[in-house]
Amino acid sequence: MPTVKMTVNGKPVSAEVEARTLLVHFLREHLDLTGTHVGCDTAQCGACTVHVGGKAVKSCNMLAVQADGAEVTTIEGLATGDTLHPMQEAFRDHHGLQCGFCTPGMVMSAIDLVKRKADLSEAEIRAGLEGNICRCTGYHNIVKAVQAGAAATRGR
Amino acid sequence: MNNFGYHRPASVADAVKALGGSGDARIVAGGQTLLPTLRARLATPSDLVDLRAIAELKGIKAEGDGITIGAMTPHAEVAASDVVKGAIPALAYLADHIGDRQVRTLGTIGGSLANNDPAACYPSAVLALGATIRTSKREIKADDFFQGLFTTALEDGEIITAVHFPKPEKAAYEKFVQPASRFALVGVFVAKAREGVRVAVTGAGQEGVFRARELEQALSANFSPDAAKGVKVAAGNLISDLHGTAEYRAHLIPVLTARAVAAAK
Repeated sequence: MPTVKMTVNGKPVSAEVEARTLLVHFLREHLDLTGTHVGCDTAQCGACTVHVGGKAVKSCNMLAVQADGAEVTTIEGLATGDTLHPMQEAFRDHHGLQCGFCTPGMVMSAIDLVKRKADLSEAEIRAGLEGNICRCTGYHNIVKAVQAGAAATRGR
Repeated sequence: MNNFGYHRPASVADAVKALGGSGDARIVAGGQTLLPTLRARLATPSDLVDLRAIAELKGIKAEGDGITIGAMTPHAEVAASDVVKGAIPALAYLADHIGDRQVRTLGTIGGSLANNDPAACYPSAVLALGATIRTSKREIKADDFFQGLFTTALEDGEIITAVHFPKPEKAAYEKFVQPASRFALVGVFVAKAREGVRVAVTGAGQEGVFRARELEQALSANFSPDAAKGVKVAAGNLISDLHGTAEYRAHLIPVLTARAVAAAK
């Protein structure tokens, strides 16, 4: 079986995996990082979004072996101790969730989105989150949270 | 998904060798179409040959009368490239509207062209701009490359290495988005070059991307939105599905062409 080595949330990890192992299953089942969710399993919903090399990708649509050598960040890697990342804090402050299942993916997408362009309009945020689906359709507060999170991230 | 052997060659030559070495090997580029296909067991290759470590397949450069994009260049890089935006802004726009952001981070131009999905965006740009597809063996003109649904001129073991786009006088892409998949219900790429006007349509043809010759003729005589709107496209060879009838798609083609002509720069 191939060996994969990568850095996940700042820590080097290494494991032998079947080639067919998806990155999301590697994170959840080998590393017990279950904050990254499997929603649709067809690469549409974005609940599995993580950062690979600093960019948001769907970890159910990437093999673990394709992330060999990469820096991976999951929702568990955002907070510093008890201090949430400003985007996480913004989702809490603005109630940017209902059931919460899509939230890890939304937060990971949102951080990547605001990093690439600082001052986003509401329309740009909605377009930028095309790859993330909220089954509760709670998009209004998610957009508000991303706007607030973007401002807080800039101020940090 | 079934298991498979995994290979990550560091050069095109080694990739060609790896493809030839096993019975039913497939290339994985960005994997944004292939991985869902594998998970649904619509494909069960014996081996995957991953091109991501091949440096010579990446990057964008100005070359001759246009630009050259490496096959493994992701859509997000094409969308953000100053070289592309400067030479062919319509191509950067197209790349910026494929799928969603996560897909654009991993999906590649070479993967899109080799797959030749009948609703993919890139084939329309390649065909309308008269691009040249460079492979591990040869160069293939766009007019010879697309050969029907999910079918191209690529032979077994042949790998796309880059695509060369000549710079047009002006061009634009207009896509009528299927809102769930973000694929084109109909997409029209219009390019006006010294040699004439080319109009390529994706999302609509039963045999995949095609050139709308009647629109090309009308626009060659008079490059205006009204000239496009005056053309009637036959529905005969177009796709009918739950998202739209062939007649609806036939109606959209001149409408989108007119918008593209108005937006062309």
